[in-house]
Amino acid sequence: MNAFMNWFYRMASPPHFYRWSGTAIPWFLVPATVLAVIGLYLALVTSPTDYQMGDTVRIMYVHVPVAWLSLMCYTSMAVASAIGLIWRIKLAHAVAAAIAPAGASLTALALFTGSLWGKPTWGTYWVWDARLTSYLMLLFLFAGFALLRNAFSDVQRGDRAAAILAIVGVVNIPIIHYSVNWWNTLHQPASFSVTKGQAGIDSSMLWPLFTMLFAVTLYLVALVLMRTRNEVLIRERRKAWIKEVLVK
Amino acid sequence: MSVSYRQAFVGQIRKDLRQSGRRLAQTLTPLFFFSVVIALFPLAMTPDSEALAKIAGGVVWVAALLAALLSLQTLFRGDFEDGSLELMALSGVPMWFQVIAKQMAHWLLTGLPLVILAPIAAYSLNLNGDAYITLMMALLLGTLVLSSFGAIGAALTVSVGQGGLLFPVLVLPLIVPALILGAKATEFAAQGRDPGGALSLLAALCILSVSLAPFATAASLRVSLD
Repeated sequence: MNAFMNWFYRMASPPHFYRWSGTAIPWFLVPATVLAVIGLYLALVTSPTDYQMGDTVRIMYVHVPVAWLSLMCYTSMAVASAIGLIWRIKLAHAVAAAIAPAGASLTALALFTGSLWGKPTWGTYWVWDARLTSYLMLLFLFAGFALLRNAFSDVQRGDRAAAILAIVGVVNIPIIHYSVNWWNTLHQPASFSVTKGQAGIDSSMLWPLFTMLFAVTLYLVALVLMRTRNEVLIRERRKAWIKEVLVK
Repeated sequence: MSVSYRQAFVGQIRKDLRQSGRRLAQTLTPLFFFSVVIALFPLAMTPDSEALAKIAGGVVWVAALLAALLSLQTLFRGDFEDGSLELMALSGVPMWFQVIAKQMAHWLLTGLPLVILAPIAAYSLNLNGDAYITLMMALLLGTLVLSSFGAIGAALTVSVGQGGLLFPVLVLPLIVPALILGAKATEFAAQGRDPGGALSLLAALCILSVSLAPFATAASLRVSLD
C-alpha cells in the first residue's frame, strides 16, 4: 500500500508527469492511428451492410465508440475531480480540466453522427426523445464544468468549485446510460451488453466496432495527456522547472 | 461562545422566515412568476381546452421548476454579502446541518406554496381530473429535489460576479431527471395509466438528493468563502 501511495504521489508531481507524459504520448498515438486505419477499413469495406439499414449502418462504427467514450470521459473527469478534492492534488484538477473539452467534443460528435444516422433511418435529424434529450444534457454538463471553472479568477478555487459540480453531475450518467432501455422510444436499445456476454450483433460487425473503440480510446488518452501538459505549463508558468524543461 | 445544534437549526429557520416575512413582496415573487408563466402558454399556443389538457402537466412542471430556480438563485446571496455566512462557518455547528435548515426554510416559503398552487394552475389548463393527486405528490418530491440541487448551484455561484447567468446553466442539466420523471408521472395519471413507477423513481431521487446534496452545498460554500 505504501509503495502504491508513493507512486501515486510521485505521479502527482507536475515535473515528473511532464517528463513521463512526453515519452508516453507516442505509445498511445501510434497504435491509435494503426487501429483506426484497420478499423475504418473493416468498418467501411469488409463489414456487411445491414438488411434493414443498408450502408448507413456504417455510421455506427463511429457513433457508438464516440458515444460510449463521452460517458466514460465524464466519469473519468468526475473521478479526477474527486481525487483532486480529496488528496488536494493539483495535477488531478489539471487532468479534469483537460478532459472537459475532449468530452464535450465527443458528445457533440456523437450527437452529430447520430443525427446523420437518424435522417435516413428515422426520417428526421432530431427528435425530443428521452435518450437524445438526456444525452444533450451531457453536453451542457461539460459546458457548465468549463464555464464554472473559468468564472473564478483564482485557478484553485475554480478547480474546486468545478470539481464539486462534476461529482454532483455523476447522478445523470446512469440515467443517460439506461435511458435507451427505460424509455422505449425512437432510439433503439443498446445491441451489445457487457453483462449478458452474448451480443445482439454479428461478429463481422462486432470486430470493426471493437477495433474502432480501442482506436478512439487510445487517441483520447493521448489527447488528454497532451492537453494536461498544456494545462501544467500554464499553471506552473512561474515555477523554475518550467524554464529548465523549455530551455533544454 | 458555542451554539447547540438545535439552537442553530431553529434559529436559522426562524431568522429566514422572519426576514422573508419582512420582505413579503420578494417572498411572493416566485408565486406570481409561476402564475404569469402559466398564463403565457394558452396565449402563445392555443386557448383550445383539449389541446391544453394534453400539455397541462408538463407546463405546470416547467413553470414550477423555473419559479423555484428563480428564487433559489439568491438562497445564500444575502448571507454572503452581510457576512452571516462566515459566522455560520465559524459557529462550530457543521455547515451541512445549517444548510439543511436554510433549505427547509426556503422550501416552506416557495416549494410548498407551489405544490398548493399547482392544482389551481392545472385546473385552469384543463388537466384531466385523475391526475391532481399525482401532480401534487410528484411536485412535493420534485421541489425537494430542485431545492437540493439548486442549493448546490447557489453555493457554487454565490461569490461569482456573473453568477446570475451561470446558475441556471449549471443547475438545469442536473434537474432534468426529476423533470422527466415528474412530468411522466403526471402524464401517466392523466392518461389513466399507473404513475407508480415514475413516482417511486422520483421518490428515490428525492431521498438521494435531500440526504447527500447538503454535503456538496457545504463544500461549495467553503470554496466560495475562501
